[in-house]
Amino acid sequence: MAAFRGDHLVFADLSFRLEPGGALVLIGRNGSGKTTLLRLIAGLMPRAAGDVLWSGEDALADLPSHGLRLAYLGHQDALKLGLTAVENLALWARVGKEGRAVAIEDALAAVGLEDLAHLPARMLSAGQRRRVAIARLLVSGAVLWLLDEPTTALDTASVARLGGLAAAHRAAGGMVIAATHLDLPLPGATEFSLS
Amino acid sequence: MMRVLAREVRLSLRHGADTVAVLLFFIVAAGLFPLAVGPEPVMLGRLAPGTIWVCALLAALLPLDRLFGADFEDGSLDQLLLSGLPPSLMALAKAAAHWVTTGLPLLIVAGPVAIMLRMPPDALGPLLLGLLPGTLTLSLLGTVGAALVIGARRGGVLLPLLVLPLATPVLIFGAAAASAALTHLSPRPELLLLMALFVLALPLCPLAAGAAARAAAE
Repeated sequence: MAAFRGDHLVFADLSFRLEPGGALVLIGRNGSGKTTLLRLIAGLMPRAAGDVLWSGEDALADLPSHGLRLAYLGHQDALKLGLTAVENLALWARVGKEGRAVAIEDALAAVGLEDLAHLPARMLSAGQRRRVAIARLLVSGAVLWLLDEPTTALDTASVARLGGLAAAHRAAGGMVIAATHLDLPLPGATEFSLS
Repeated sequence: MMRVLAREVRLSLRHGADTVAVLLFFIVAAGLFPLAVGPEPVMLGRLAPGTIWVCALLAALLPLDRLFGADFEDGSLDQLLLSGLPPSLMALAKAAAHWVTTGLPLLIVAGPVAIMLRMPPDALGPLLLGLLPGTLTLSLLGTVGAALVIGARRGGVLLPLLVLPLATPVLIFGAAAASAALTHLSPRPELLLLMALFVLALPLCPLAAGAAARAAAE
């Protein structure tokens, strides 16, 4: 795969594959194209060359259904500050989708926010907002998690909790691709260097 | 799609000040005309259809730059594009939400404002009948404009420049329908043309807005 950002060639000749239950950690200096690669996999960025294959088929041919397979945690938490945590998650919940999705209350409990579920997101701290965004991964029921600096603003307990959630997700056959500078607790993850 | 629509409407209700600001702008702007052109009932009555149409058009533009702008800034636009909904249906939901929170309230207060401007009562029906497809078309056109200026630094200024020229046919036929009723002609041809504009915009505008929203995310 290769991708341009404007006129600037961010990366070229990349190739990797991920099996069910696998995890990939993207490492590289600032500006090495970690976010670009994640957005390219999500179908949010056009690619200059190469293919994204899902079970051997072109994943980007049908973007809406590709979107259902993945959950993207970007730099921004994508929360509406006027809505409560539960309301924020309600739009993205896909209950009954492959039996993988978690109920909203359970997802908030999994990130330790069950007591704050009915507070407007405006009242939450940056780390708590990040945890609501992580709860969105759970309620989406997506197979592939794309995490862009998931640990931003998280305390060490929450980072460990995220590691546990990712491990459970992989044990159920899910996949994780994470871009990070910090050590993420992803045991057995393949490291992929972009530089 | 209904969930996106419900989310948008719920967000606007939570930020109810936006809808109220649109209505107040509409009423205040229409209220300026008697002050500027004088209070003679005959003159005001003749100007009323055009006044109401111009004010409604400008008021409907007010909330447009937040239609996609807020979602773009907080990252929700990416999530909407990944929600499994085709971008065009997402844009259609946005347009519908804009109409429910802007067009519909304008339609409701347009009657009282028209009476305030001394418009003869027999022109009221054609005015409101024209505003129904008119505001719907404006919401669709506005969604295209809003999607095109996503991420632009001076989007708020650019947006009216993009949308107002596209909205002129709606304005012409809408005001003409009500004016025709003032001169005891049938407003039917103008109303049918307004419907035609709406039917044309209904499939085309969401497609264009959806493509623009996807391009903006890149």
